[in-house]
Amino acid sequence: MLGISTQALFGQLLIGLINGAFYAMLSLGLAVIFGLLNIINFSHGAQYMLGAFCAWFLLQDFGIGYWWSLLIAPIVVGAIGVVIERTMLSRLYKLDHLYGLLLTFGLALIFQGVFTNYFGSSGQPYRLPEEFSGTFDLGFMFLPKYRAWVIIASLMVCLGTWFVIERTKLGSYLRAATENPALVQAFGINVPRMVTLTYGFGVGLAALAGVMAAPIYQVNPLMGANLIIVVFAVVVIGGMGSILGAIITGFGLGVVEGLTKVFYPEASNTVIFVVMVLVLLVKPAGLFGRER
Amino acid sequence: MSASVATEAAVAVRNSRSGLVAIGAMAAFFAIAPFLGLYPVFLMKALCFALFACAFNLLIGFGGLLSFGHAMFLGTAGYACAHAAKVWGLSPEFAILFGTVCAAVLGVVVGALAIRRQGIYFAMITLALAQMIYFFCLQAKFTGGEDGIQAVPRGRLLGVFDLAEPLVMYYFVLVVFLAGFLLIYRTVHSPFGQVLKAIRENEPRAISLGYDAERYKLLAFVLSATLAGLAGATKAIVFQLASLTDVHWTMSGEVVLMTLLGGMGTIFGPVVGAFVIIGLESYLASFGQWVTVITGVIFVVCVLAFRRGIVGEFTAWWDARRL
Repeated sequence: MLGISTQALFGQLLIGLINGAFYAMLSLGLAVIFGLLNIINFSHGAQYMLGAFCAWFLLQDFGIGYWWSLLIAPIVVGAIGVVIERTMLSRLYKLDHLYGLLLTFGLALIFQGVFTNYFGSSGQPYRLPEEFSGTFDLGFMFLPKYRAWVIIASLMVCLGTWFVIERTKLGSYLRAATENPALVQAFGINVPRMVTLTYGFGVGLAALAGVMAAPIYQVNPLMGANLIIVVFAVVVIGGMGSILGAIITGFGLGVVEGLTKVFYPEASNTVIFVVMVLVLLVKPAGLFGRER
Repeated sequence: MSASVATEAAVAVRNSRSGLVAIGAMAAFFAIAPFLGLYPVFLMKALCFALFACAFNLLIGFGGLLSFGHAMFLGTAGYACAHAAKVWGLSPEFAILFGTVCAAVLGVVVGALAIRRQGIYFAMITLALAQMIYFFCLQAKFTGGEDGIQAVPRGRLLGVFDLAEPLVMYYFVLVVFLAGFLLIYRTVHSPFGQVLKAIRENEPRAISLGYDAERYKLLAFVLSATLAGLAGATKAIVFQLASLTDVHWTMSGEVVLMTLLGGMGTIFGPVVGAFVIIGLESYLASFGQWVTVITGVIFVVCVLAFRRGIVGEFTAWWDARRL
């Protein structure tokens, strides 16, 4: 087909799906945080990086493997997030939302600067867990086991988050507080605590993505810096009104990026931004967004 | 951006005569600065960034629009100017003009797209578009990729003044800076500037009064982009270099920091902020990556405890003392 081997096509599609999995998880966390806190968490990329480094430290210094890292890293980084929310972000809610963006941008610079200082800008390899070495033979291509796991696991995480928010009691409180925090508080629900935990959860989600990314991309202090800008574009394209929208947009754009690598590699870095421009022209509120 | 900034702006308008005196004092200070032991290269760098920050401040401080991608105008104009001066052999004034026009054109396109969304989305869109420009500059042939455009000739200004002389170059930069600064000052205090502030404070109300808010915002965006481009083009001639640093998102963050530290919505804030940050960077250059950490700390401290910035705090203190 057009002189492109199916091998290359499916290979890039797979990479696109993997990237899309990370876009989806990160933009989901951004959307959840934005829904309740009304701030854009610029340090989301840095917290994704922290998650990856947390897994790396656990393995390097304590011999704790991948599976435990999947649990521990999000809790540790989420706890850092809770501290950030309590000590800093909570002071800004009465101000213009842009201050939250500026504060978290500063935090991102601090995290990235500290880690670059100790680790340089080169990556640290993270050993793949034993059970994931090897590939599945699908007939038309070889699918590395770990990549299959990442796609499935991230889908599970995304759909799990969707289920909690859209289909449980806790989620209904969350959605109600997004619409009208004062009223929900009047019904006796501790909204400030919910806000804190939501931020912790969103940040934990970024850290979880970081752990899952560690064996694929190298663990690098700047791994989140460029990613977060693409994720911002994904958020603009999808609009932050809908959880499912964030998931679909994330995976979809990953695939679009992968396909661009096959057919016109020069544009693969910029294709998501081009899509963003087109969406802004046609539907400024985003594909799944509501105009406020 | 907030009520406190608005009152300061009102104070600034009230004191427009003392404002002109202050501008005169600033111009006089910069005119003798090279003889006070300050290095012309440092001064030129700081003045370029001061103009860049003033242009950015026009948008955030008076229009309430936070652009997180202003580096694209600085960098694009730098590349265009360097290319025009080096490859086409244009004289410096036309090379700078060409760079500035390129930034203005880019400003029209980006502005028309970005003002379709507000607030946080506006910031994300400008950041994403700037990243697109960054990748374009990384891949395009004429930008020289990682090397940038080096050894750009400074040339002779109007065929008369030899810009290779550091002092001649300095005074040229000073004139460019003052021209840009006065244009911004004039804009802010014009009816246009007042409408812009009205839109910032309450957009639906401004629309109901019959103002075409979109057009005002776009015009402010283009003006800001043009002046940022003027700063970038001048900078390319001064340092004889156009590089990827100037289009990178860290540069967009830096200009936000300068304005925030100096005082958003104040006339002199961005100038003070630019000098402090550039001074800090050259002083701390040997600390490597710790500069990033310190930058981040300044951001956090400014947002949490120092939102009016240096000039804003000073004005507030001064006004309180007089009452």
